[in-house]
Amino acid sequence: MFKAAQKSKASIKTEPGQVDWYSTKPYPHRLNFYDRPPLFDVTIEEFETCAIDRLRVLAEIESSFVRNRPWDDLKTVTEAQSVKYLPLNANTARHADTESQRKRDHLGHFVLRLAFCRSEELRRRFVKAETTLFRVRYDSDDTSEKEEFLNSRDFDWITVDEEEKLLFSKELQAASAGKNDGFSREKYYKVKWTRVPDLIEKRKVFLKAGWAYVPGREQSSIIFQEFETNLTRALELTAKALPRLDEDSRLVPILSNLSQGFLVGVPSEWNGAPVAGEYVITAEMVDELARKNFPMCMRNLHGVLRRDRLLKHSGRLQYGLFLKVLGLSIEEAVAFWRKSFSKMTDDKFNKEYKYNIRHSYGLEGKRANYPARSCQQILLFDQPKASDCHGCPYRHFSHDNLQTALLSAYPDTLTAADLPEIMHTVKAGHPHVACTRVFEITHSQFGVKKGEGIGGGESVTHPNQYAARSRELEKAKKELEAGPSDESVAMEV
Amino acid sequence: MDPSSPEVMLTFYRRLYPFKSIYNWLNHEHAPTKLFTHREFAFTLPGDVYLRYNSFNSAEELKKQVCTLNPTRFEIGPVYSARPKDKKTVRPSAFSPRLRELVFDIDLTDYDSVRTCCSSASICRLCWTFISAAVRVLHEALTEQFGFKHLLWVYSGRRGIHLWIGDKEAMELDDEGRKAIVGWFEVIKGGKEMGNKVHVRLSATKNNPGVLPPSLQTALEPLATLFSSLILTDQNCFASKDGYEALLQLLPEGNVIKNLRKKWEADPDRHSADKWGDLKSEVKRFDKGSSTRVTLTAALEDIILQYTYPRLDAEVSKRRNHLLKAPFCVHPKTGRVCVPVDPTRVDEFDPEAVPDVGRLLRELDEAEKMEVDGEGWDDHNDWERTSLKPYVDMLDRHAMGLMEEVRRSKIEKIDTTW
Ligand SMILES: [Zn+2]
Repeated sequence: MFKAAQKSKASIKTEPGQVDWYSTKPYPHRLNFYDRPPLFDVTIEEFETCAIDRLRVLAEIESSFVRNRPWDDLKTVTEAQSVKYLPLNANTARHADTESQRKRDHLGHFVLRLAFCRSEELRRRFVKAETTLFRVRYDSDDTSEKEEFLNSRDFDWITVDEEEKLLFSKELQAASAGKNDGFSREKYYKVKWTRVPDLIEKRKVFLKAGWAYVPGREQSSIIFQEFETNLTRALELTAKALPRLDEDSRLVPILSNLSQGFLVGVPSEWNGAPVAGEYVITAEMVDELARKNFPMCMRNLHGVLRRDRLLKHSGRLQYGLFLKVLGLSIEEAVAFWRKSFSKMTDDKFNKEYKYNIRHSYGLEGKRANYPARSCQQILLFDQPKASDCHGCPYRHFSHDNLQTALLSAYPDTLTAADLPEIMHTVKAGHPHVACTRVFEITHSQFGVKKGEGIGGGESVTHPNQYAARSRELEKAKKELEAGPSDESVAMEV
Repeated sequence: MDPSSPEVMLTFYRRLYPFKSIYNWLNHEHAPTKLFTHREFAFTLPGDVYLRYNSFNSAEELKKQVCTLNPTRFEIGPVYSARPKDKKTVRPSAFSPRLRELVFDIDLTDYDSVRTCCSSASICRLCWTFISAAVRVLHEALTEQFGFKHLLWVYSGRRGIHLWIGDKEAMELDDEGRKAIVGWFEVIKGGKEMGNKVHVRLSATKNNPGVLPPSLQTALEPLATLFSSLILTDQNCFASKDGYEALLQLLPEGNVIKNLRKKWEADPDRHSADKWGDLKSEVKRFDKGSSTRVTLTAALEDIILQYTYPRLDAEVSKRRNHLLKAPFCVHPKTGRVCVPVDPTRVDEFDPEAVPDVGRLLRELDEAEKMEVDGEGWDDHNDWERTSLKPYVDMLDRHAMGLMEEVRRSKIEKIDTTW
């Protein structure tokens, strides 16, 4: 399909002879069934960013399932993520560029199809998340715009006429579960029962000769099911066609990155290294920060460093880059590591370690500015061997060791009663969900509630994001507490 | 004759098993299609050896393999996207279940809490009534409500019955569709420890029990009749203390329970039918239309459903890739052949009268003695000379229905292309 992107942009323009100007707009509706692939040119960058932004929303939907969020919470979280990464306004929105929003929505969806068509498991999860996103949007869609959207498609239902409705009035009303007040006004639609499996499973419709009589208010079931079925079928077709796409070698790494993002959290780069100001840190501060603000992986590395007064290469790299991005300057970093390796002579340190530290700051060798490792990288690459301490505790620790480590790392805020819930997600293979839950528990003193994640329901995808958010919360609380004391000073005057 | 003896089984497969009929039934056409060639067969050999992912090009090939392996039984699975025997050589993504009859399994063991005549493996005419009631309810619903036409009911050889639905639409159902249909029929839910196993009412609130879905409302009337004859009379389910306590547990009204318990404790020999009468009089003491009366009436309906509605082994039906024993296999314990059952005459069906493999081989011997010129077995359908014949005929008629359907749809296709 992205071969088609080579075509000129004219291909989406209206055919001659079409009069209805409205339909010549490429995206007349906010909702989209994604029947047609995007036929416009895209840059590699657009290709990737549209997909990643959409993935952030879908990943949050996935963790909502894992966390058993009730529908209303899921909706709130999804809408919050959407506003941030994937805004999609109604036609009536005056100040939004709805065309370009919808174009991004369209493109992102199709890029992710390519990324997620590769295995049955990925397809299943993608379909579930996308159908949920569609439901969230459908629920919040403007009534008249929704009507227009529904009229624009053939859903292949038969409207039940008055005569038939009267014939089965008793059965229809019984299936409507006693909500009979509006029966005379209620519209019914006939579809093959296989198109509304959810209604069949709950016996919520009258069924005759294979036809389900769906009341108007359950009409959305038909639509969601249709969306799901279409997408499932389309993904299977894409999977078959995909080998041809491998010709374009620029896309393949992007696509595999994206699908992995779904498995272990969104790829995340944390470039928020503070240059100056109150978030800059010194070597002296690291002990306290580790205790208060670090995620378990960094807590662990810090603990090992203090205990052994040494840290193996992979651990140094994971921890050192994290500290750099946290705001530890090169001078402070050298001081920190020099002091930490207290068994080592100055000579050995200068010869073997100082260079590496400066290198990781981009001051030696090819002078690259190495970013800190994201959760995705920690989970997927450089897997720890038996004697290693780096990695993700929620993935790489034994269950017993993880529980002990958690209790000793957060003695004041986390209790044994919290463990079953955390371990449940660990065992189900969702380390980022476990980490997010630990964040919530250990930051409840700052008013963080279950389900809020690191803010707005977002999950942890980067250790630096965890630490930065933790420090923000701490600072906000300090300021709040400082407030009244100022006032009391004022009162004394 | 010992049905588990390998010689007996081998003779049965070589001379009596209707491979051609089975082939026609699975294949829907005369020339081999993927419906047969991509179909999984699994064999159970003596000593619990289980061979999966076998597939065959023809009825003859299947017969040859069955006679070579001489399994105690074999099962039929789904039609896969590739030949099951090639499973190891194709990409895993290219091997997935595609088509499969919609199957149901009903077994009397699921009725142990409501039958008093027998327990576990044993079965008699009385408890077969549970099965025949289930067949009638399911058959009616699957044809009238779901619109299926090609239903093959098969005795499971001991204490249950299987159903194979071969309609195109049934074959094509994905797992979600199968799960939905199971949900439609799964009225009795919850294990031994659960008292009230029926929670089906729509729009129930704290003060209102809600209404039965139309499908169950339809089923209720015949089941109420059955309840009276089977549960109250034949099984006398509420005779024992355990029996009536189980009933009392299902009632939502404290005073009614107290009154009945007092009465029944004082009269230990009171018959179930009388006890049910007592319960109904208790209900009638509340004003018609009062909320207690409505709640109690709903509870009585739920009780009737709990004691008589079909109890499915839901897992069998939910997934395309579930295997189910092939019709005409021999049950290793009873020696009885898993024969098709006519749903319109299921009440008359007597599991004890089903031909067993020993009897069939004796019939065959006698038929041969009668014949002057012994013909070779391979140009002849030996089962025609035994009491297996009416059952094979039943399968053939069923297979013809399916083949007719395919033939007609092919003609339609030609018509539309013109
Ligand atoms: Zn019995």
